[in-house]
Amino acid sequence: MTRDDTIRKIAKPIVFAACLAPLTWIAWTAVTSGLGPTGPLGANPIEYINRYLGDWAIRFLLGALAITPVRSITGWNAVMRFRRMIGLFAFFYVCLHLSSYIGLDQFFDWTEIWRDIIKRNYITVGMVTFTLLVPLAATSTRAMVKRLGGKRWSRLHKLVYPAGILACLHFYMMRKGIQLEPIIYAAICAVLLGYRVAVAWRKKAQ
Amino acid sequence: MLIKAKKASDVRSSEITSKSVYQSRRRFLATAAIAGAGAAFGTIGPAMAAPVRGAKLANVHKSKWIQQALGEEVTEYGPITNYNNFYEFGTGKTDPAENSTKFKPRPWSLAVDGAVEKPGVYDLEDFLKPHQLEERVYRFRCVEAWSMVIPWVGIPLADVIKRLGPTGNAKYVAFETLHDPRRMPGQRRSVLQWPYREGLRMDEAMNALALLVVGLYGEVLPNQNGAPVRLMVPWKYGFKSIKSIVKMSFQAEQPPTSWNMSAAREYGFYSNVNPTVNHPRWSQAKERRIGDFLKRPTKMFNGYEEEVAHMYAGMDMRKNY
Repeated sequence: MTRDDTIRKIAKPIVFAACLAPLTWIAWTAVTSGLGPTGPLGANPIEYINRYLGDWAIRFLLGALAITPVRSITGWNAVMRFRRMIGLFAFFYVCLHLSSYIGLDQFFDWTEIWRDIIKRNYITVGMVTFTLLVPLAATSTRAMVKRLGGKRWSRLHKLVYPAGILACLHFYMMRKGIQLEPIIYAAICAVLLGYRVAVAWRKKAQ
Repeated sequence: MLIKAKKASDVRSSEITSKSVYQSRRRFLATAAIAGAGAAFGTIGPAMAAPVRGAKLANVHKSKWIQQALGEEVTEYGPITNYNNFYEFGTGKTDPAENSTKFKPRPWSLAVDGAVEKPGVYDLEDFLKPHQLEERVYRFRCVEAWSMVIPWVGIPLADVIKRLGPTGNAKYVAFETLHDPRRMPGQRRSVLQWPYREGLRMDEAMNALALLVVGLYGEVLPNQNGAPVRLMVPWKYGFKSIKSIVKMSFQAEQPPTSWNMSAAREYGFYSNVNPTVNHPRWSQAKERRIGDFLKRPTKMFNGYEEEVAHMYAGMDMRKNY
């Protein structure tokens, strides 16, 4: 087996399955325990599910943002082979998070959802984040990279930077008071984006 | 392939292990698997393990605020004690239950000062002794748009205030929560400016609905719900009903309140439940009753309009939110 085979036939399926594990767990727990107030998902399972999916969306988004720095710092080139998968999983969990807000939390009350989008800043920010990610997911195939051309494609995909920032902002704004968890995510995002800024500066200086 | 033929003399595994034992073992394995997977994803432990319940309170009278009068189902003990906003013990909903197990709410003293005839530092038992405990089933509406129905045990705040004898200068009563980061680990971080502060206008404090709570479900109030003594003003958003009170001050000026200090645009001094005035982050038109799937419309003053609306007659509720 070549190195390429190992990545394609073994590593990728394993990573893929691992990325599905959070969804599998929450779906299985919700189905087996129901949405009652005394099950393993706590007193408010709908809120729990929505936040859980949001947590995983932001984790995958930051995970995708971590790939490039990890490669250039460690020289581990193979990690690039997983960038698209991680990025698409981020989008997948964002979609699930949004669906659970629409279908579970608001139960398709479109008037209320629209009011939320225009009036509640953190929901507005969340929706903008989602919108930024749609073209990235849509142009993730090899054919689309070819059609756009490498340069334009990578310029478009820089949208993931504002998406990362807005995702952290969405999380921070949603919590009451000054809470630690959103600050930790924002700090990670700042390091990942700061790294790119530093690299760009160094290039300019040379 | 190995084929195992059954012999008549073979002992079936079900004969060795009794049915109830292996069934409970399976249940345990299922629970453990869920809990294990939950822990692996950095989420939860087994939620709502059988709660350690408080001691039964003696001599609790019925009041006119009974479940039948409300006509709504009472929320179960588990959710009431495992889904709490009590940032003194952490910001997660299950943090207060998990982080308050070692908290000792006795002995407890309560300071009374300001424009009052009987100021002093009271031992809680002495403070409560002259009063009759009663049970009141109230709706509880959190500013985060969820709600419960809770059977509290307490004493009318008005009776306490009458006994303390506020003077003519007492226009407001301010409350403070214990500030002790060693006992309340959530206070080690500045989520809010500690101590937690709340306040009521005097007529609000004297309203028949206002209750000083010391119990839940006929038992001693659990730590996560604000032991040993908390306020309950059911027509206001939950955060007004301050927990673990150590101080009451009678004063002429409107006291600063914690959430208002943190975000004035979001949390006003009055914070009456009002479906028509929206919080910048949550619509207040509807609420999710814990245990329900669909949201229900929120009622003006949380359904206590008859008892409290007169206090706000002529006031612009949009300005005085």
